[in-house]
Amino acid sequence: MREGAIVFLKITRDSLRDLAPIAVVVLFFQFAVLGQPLPDAPRLALGMVLVVLGLTLFVFGLEQGLFPIGESMAQALASKGSLPWLFIFAFSLGFGTTVAEPALIAVSAEAAAVAAEAGILARDAEAQASYAVGLRFTVALSVGLAIVIGVLRILKGWPIHVMIVIGYVAVVAMTTVAPPHIIGIAYDSGGVTTSTITVPLVTALGVGLARAIRGRNPMLDGFGLIAFASLTPMIFVMAYGMLY
Amino acid sequence: MDLSLAQAVFDSVRATTRDVLPIVVILFGFQYLVIRKPLPNLGTIVIGFVYVLLGLSLFLLGLEKALFPLGRVMAEQLTDPAVVAPGAPVGAALSWTAYHWVYAFAFAIGFSTTIAEPSLIAVALKANEVSGGAIGVWGLRIAVALGVAFGITLGAYRIIVGAPLHYFIISGYVVVVLQTFIAPKLIVPLAYDSGGVTTSTVTVPLVAALGLGLAETVPGRSPLMDGFGLIAFASLFPMITVMAYAQLAELRTRAASVATPTRGD
Repeated sequence: MREGAIVFLKITRDSLRDLAPIAVVVLFFQFAVLGQPLPDAPRLALGMVLVVLGLTLFVFGLEQGLFPIGESMAQALASKGSLPWLFIFAFSLGFGTTVAEPALIAVSAEAAAVAAEAGILARDAEAQASYAVGLRFTVALSVGLAIVIGVLRILKGWPIHVMIVIGYVAVVAMTTVAPPHIIGIAYDSGGVTTSTITVPLVTALGVGLARAIRGRNPMLDGFGLIAFASLTPMIFVMAYGMLY
Repeated sequence: MDLSLAQAVFDSVRATTRDVLPIVVILFGFQYLVIRKPLPNLGTIVIGFVYVLLGLSLFLLGLEKALFPLGRVMAEQLTDPAVVAPGAPVGAALSWTAYHWVYAFAFAIGFSTTIAEPSLIAVALKANEVSGGAIGVWGLRIAVALGVAFGITLGAYRIIVGAPLHYFIISGYVVVVLQTFIAPKLIVPLAYDSGGVTTSTVTVPLVAALGLGLAETVPGRSPLMDGFGLIAFASLFPMITVMAYAQLAELRTRAASVATPTRGD
């Protein structure tokens, strides 16, 4: 119990240090550059307290909950030896964590507005909503597929840079044929799909698999799943823009 | 005040739970229907999950209450032509050098939000553990943060001058590919990952506000067409800086071994 409290205090101190740069930047620009007082200082202070407390609890729970379950499940599935289940797991993890991602929901709604502006879509709410939902499922599908490809790579020991270069060539090739209005959104969609809960889980899945399979190096083979998950959405979103 | 805070915390926890629910269903579904083995330390894991959920909720609530509104207002004010170039005629196109405070803000906010990004902390902890301490938690985080800072600054410049996004991104890809062949092999997968990891909870909303603010106020830009693309920059440059970080570390150890030859050489 006391040990837990000491760990907690240590993480709180780390959180304060992690958040200090933001406070410095905001205060500097507010006072020195814009020359304005802070609006609603008590609310700001309360917000910062919540942020520090939240980050502390998150990091505390990370090592206790997310990392162990990700790794132990990867190892259990690998030792079970059933490839179909491993792939289904990889796909559901990618698809399930992405389809409900708030950042993605926001971006697809904006993308629908852009498409309407570009004259691709009718300017009514219903057409935009169905476009946005289609886009969301496209991205979630591509992330599920990415995790499956990434898991396959770990199993086979394929070199990651060859696969990423192929992905880049695909992105560049798609860029030349995709409608211009979708390109900015497509490039951004790679970055927004990987959320705060997905990243630790997917990382633990990769490292756990690489540890469970003989001849794989966790450093060399375990990382790289996120890289696929941020590459395939770009290709799929451009394809979606071409089909629509 | 107390009541409204409790209500806000409750709403935030409820929203986060809803977002996390599909993941929990997948994890426990597979654990009990496919693996069919009891989890070791189930109690600790469940408590860990509760901490993660509660932590993320409070974190997001704090950002939403305090940081994001202020960040948005600052991004709007800094990109306002009246602040950028006082006295210039309204609607006149300004030289790209007039926006120096915007670049400084882009760099500083990119760096500081990345340092606070929870998913980057998670990956840095894991990389440190897997590499047996060879990759420092802080070394990686600072390398990634510098990459994001540089990327967002360049992205802001792109919006201001109105250059096509894909030229920048494709040039970045060429650099990444070239670096892949000369960087230490072990860092490459982690470097590729760090591109996607950086842009989540803290960075995306603030950076998006900056992009939209710029696209709205720079003459000739449309927020819908030019406001996008900053995230793409922020997820490209960390790959370059993380590989550079490993290359520097390698050079340093090589220089050190040259400077102090071992006896018998």
